[in-house]
Amino acid sequence: MEILQFDFMRNALLVGLLVSVACGMIGTYVVVKRIVFISGGISHTAYGGIGLGYYLGFNPMLGATLFTIVSALGMGLVQQRSSQRQDTVIGVMWAVGMALGIVFVKLSPGYTADLMSYLFGSILTVPERDILFILLLDLLIIATVYRYFEEFKAVAFDEEFARVSGLKVEFYNILLLLLVALTVVVMIRAVGIILVIALLTIPPAIAGEYSRGLKGMMGLAVVLGIIFTTAGLYLSYLFDLPSGATIILVAATGYILALLIKKKIHT
Amino acid sequence: MGKKVIEIENLFVELDGITVLENVNLTVNEYDFLGIIGPNGGGKTTFLRVLLGLVKPARGKVRIMGNPVEKNRHLLGYVPQYAVFDRSFPISVEEVVVSARLARKQGIRFSNEDYRIAASALERVEMLPLRSRQMGELSGGERQRVLVARALAVQPRILLLDEPTASVDSRFAAGFYELLRELNREMTLILVSHDISAVSSYVKTLACMNRTLYYEHSRELNREMIENTYNCPVDLIAHGIPHRVLPPHDGVVGS
Repeated sequence: MEILQFDFMRNALLVGLLVSVACGMIGTYVVVKRIVFISGGISHTAYGGIGLGYYLGFNPMLGATLFTIVSALGMGLVQQRSSQRQDTVIGVMWAVGMALGIVFVKLSPGYTADLMSYLFGSILTVPERDILFILLLDLLIIATVYRYFEEFKAVAFDEEFARVSGLKVEFYNILLLLLVALTVVVMIRAVGIILVIALLTIPPAIAGEYSRGLKGMMGLAVVLGIIFTTAGLYLSYLFDLPSGATIILVAATGYILALLIKKKIHT
Repeated sequence: MGKKVIEIENLFVELDGITVLENVNLTVNEYDFLGIIGPNGGGKTTFLRVLLGLVKPARGKVRIMGNPVEKNRHLLGYVPQYAVFDRSFPISVEEVVVSARLARKQGIRFSNEDYRIAASALERVEMLPLRSRQMGELSGGERQRVLVARALAVQPRILLLDEPTASVDSRFAAGFYELLRELNREMTLILVSHDISAVSSYVKTLACMNRTLYYEHSRELNREMIENTYNCPVDLIAHGIPHRVLPPHDGVVGS
């Protein structure tokens, strides 16, 4: 494979792998708990942090981490107050995060052209220090899911019974949203803020059709994520297409195929 | 009479500023099998949620085995109303039942002891052979039995059931009530339902609930209790079931 001669390609494949691990594990919870919209909100508020990073001159990834964590805590509070119109509040936070980012970027001095890479991803140009950062976040995600696997499962399946059993349901819900926030940060480099949701949900959604347990669903979702990112990268190289968008289109094609195959089996 | 397992005095409950329950007084003795009937929206589910500590009372005293709810709610097993589970959730019967052990789990994963308790709970409800099945593959009746097994895996002293037969056919319901009667030899049961005829032939005592509780520690409901509860004359005919709910009466109720 001649494309593997390029350092940037090897890095890109590595990032694809790391991203697939995070989004296969956390995406599984996002899908079974039906918190796709909340996750979309968390991802878009990251733009505010990226803008702030540019404005104040620190690493935009750090700003993104900060903003997604704050928004995860905010969404967690909204989630717990069932009397509020949750989706409205989440939609507002989503837009405000983006708006802040746009204002900060406008106020920032100098050249800000690679902002597009945060919106739509640029897996081919991820700097080495960001790869290390992504690796650390991945390890944190794996460790937390390993530790609280049973608790997360119980809360996702039947929140009320988990509460009756004496589990601190609020704690696990917020912890999970924090993991969603970290996953989003991991994914921004690869596919960008706007496309995060697709890669977070498509592999687990396919895996869910063929799995009998959460563990299997996570494993299959990780493998599918690796296939989609690798195939997407290869196609984008072959046809000179934007990598993030190509990865998403490959994943979406896979999703449609999986649904068709499933339907055929059942008829 | 056994010892008191539940004592409730002057219980008032408000939800969003609206009084849902007022002045409820109730004593439940050990090994009672109490059926609480009443119209939908009459506060039955809220009442169970108060016992479970999910709803805080506005006023009044609630004690479980002599202690406040927070301290003793681990003695309660709860079978929720036909829970609308996501049928596509990838989880097996055994996983659902063993989840009842979460609060008592020591390490990161469940112990063999936890799985043994889950298996014996499944055995009780005759669902052990289906333990590797997916929840989404079960019939309504099988799912209900799994939910009872999950409540039993808590190893409760008191079992609370919310409309347990609302989603199953009557053929299944009879067998289900036989199961409850067996469980009643070991624990106290409280069951709420809006279906008087289904419940009345199996429970030991009946109460009516609509904002407040009408209870006389007996199997029979008098006409006043029923009419207070349902706020209108009810068509209550005691045929087809082995025990009368209403005392013999002249004329037809509800005409």
